[in-house]
Amino acid sequence: MRIVVASGKGGTGKTTIATSLALTAGESVCFVDCDVEAPNAALFLNPSLDKRKEVGILLPVVDEALCTYCGICSEVCEFHAITVIGEKTLVFPELCHGCGSCTLVCPEKAISERLDVMGVLERGVTATGMDFAQGVMHVGEPMAVPIIRELKKWTLPKPPAIEIRDAPPGASCPVVEVIRGADFVLLVTEPTPFGLHDLKQVVGIIRELKIPAGVVINREGIGDKAVETYCAEADLPVLLRIPMERRFAEAIASGKTLVEAAPEYRSVFRTLLEDITAEVAA
Amino acid sequence: MKQLVILSGKGGTGKTIVTAAFAHLAAQGQLTGKLILADADVDAANLELVLKPHLLEQQDFRGGKVAQIDQDSCSSCGDCEAVCRFDAINHVDDLYVIDPIACDGCAACVYQCPDESISMHEQVAGKFYFSESAHDYGPLYHANLFPGKDNSGKLVTLIRQRARRQALDENYELIIVDGPPGIGCPVISAVTGANLALIVAEPTVAGVHDMQRVLQTVRHFGVGAVVCINKADIYPAGADDIEAFCQESGIETVGRIPFDLTVSRAMVAGEAVTAFHPQAASSIAIAKIWEKTLPLLLESK
Repeated sequence: MRIVVASGKGGTGKTTIATSLALTAGESVCFVDCDVEAPNAALFLNPSLDKRKEVGILLPVVDEALCTYCGICSEVCEFHAITVIGEKTLVFPELCHGCGSCTLVCPEKAISERLDVMGVLERGVTATGMDFAQGVMHVGEPMAVPIIRELKKWTLPKPPAIEIRDAPPGASCPVVEVIRGADFVLLVTEPTPFGLHDLKQVVGIIRELKIPAGVVINREGIGDKAVETYCAEADLPVLLRIPMERRFAEAIASGKTLVEAAPEYRSVFRTLLEDITAEVAA
Repeated sequence: MKQLVILSGKGGTGKTIVTAAFAHLAAQGQLTGKLILADADVDAANLELVLKPHLLEQQDFRGGKVAQIDQDSCSSCGDCEAVCRFDAINHVDDLYVIDPIACDGCAACVYQCPDESISMHEQVAGKFYFSESAHDYGPLYHANLFPGKDNSGKLVTLIRQRARRQALDENYELIIVDGPPGIGCPVISAVTGANLALIVAEPTVAGVHDMQRVLQTVRHFGVGAVVCINKADIYPAGADDIEAFCQESGIETVGRIPFDLTVSRAMVAGEAVTAFHPQAASSIAIAKIWEKTLPLLLESK
């Protein structure tokens, strides 16, 4: 079962929920931190990362000896990433999506490809024996999606019973890439107008992908009841409510997980997993 | 004319709260009528929830194209699936179909299809808006990237170009850009060409980690930065770490904002916190940060 923890608005507690869910989910769990721009789960789960893989996209490399400057590569490129100026074929790496179209159409077979490294994938095991993987995008790189795509494919030799993916905030293409292929999406929000607005954006994605979802309302009590009303109207089950408590915020700030700071939540998260399992089965 | 971009790395640290308060404070002082606002967080655009804008103009934002297979002429050879690097072509019941959400719009399949059955179709990926904010805070450029769409960087660039053009044409002195979280393409589009970045950091292990990554990103694009610390008293040791890190890196810390539930109440009321309750601890702190940041911005290159 693949569970994605997503949110829309940033800072609502995705990593808080995802890590505590993982720590109470039993033996065969793999945690995958897919927030490659701001990967934080390792700060809470402290895995020892012993496997590493550089990933990115394949950029075209033009062999000037074979190139006849016909310009077909430039015609097929949707991203204006390759162009012919006089007797010179130029590649603009920052525009290239690595689709391979130019390489495929070149009549002279003058284009080969090289890996343009955009980030790294890392994998290991936490102190509690949980499998852990994360992607880390290099600073200055614009595209998170290729890293997320490779991270999802970097599977374990033996698939875990439960995979928990921690998603980035927002509702654009990186979030879609994380959610694709999931069995369930857990939406973490806060009861404020910002939380509600951004929750609706992610619900737009899960409705299009037709993936079952449930909501966690974090910091209950800080705002209003509009999120509850929306969830009822949109037929989204609210699976968990966590009150605003300063001691939770303080513990998480210092690098503790919620279930470490408040052990009474262990049973709450086990129930949450049972509820998710039931929703997926239905 | 100067451009200030508000960033954070980690989401939910308070970028929009600070932006809205700055808009309110600027309207009270010497910058009345001299400020333009831009919301560059296009897939989670929240500034409008506080600035209550009056819409003046809207237009469709055309994002990337998406491939479509004409099933009548398709011979189901599977060449398209073989060349697609985005896992966007599915083989279902002997038919090849495009997953429009996964499609990157590269058109590689179009050129490989022997039956010429695949064509590219432009799609509307979002809406661009130009508005007047309530309370005379100034013109607001904002947008709504439809759920799951790409090209957020392009939409941010459009917003910033339009804001800049109006600022130059009509002698505005300042643009404040409410940035997105993370460090990827929309952040790069939000920071490029800005005069100063204000990083809203959070004194949490995650917040410190992400602040360092966004500071590296800002430096990579040649923009100077200052840092303020939100919810600073939640974990004072973390706040001290941030200040120490900034001092070592030659980055000025312009203030600390205490954890204050007035901020959430102002959000529910749809007001800038400094307008909602000027004497709240958070409002006083943000006002001090504004007074410190403004001269640095005006001096910046």
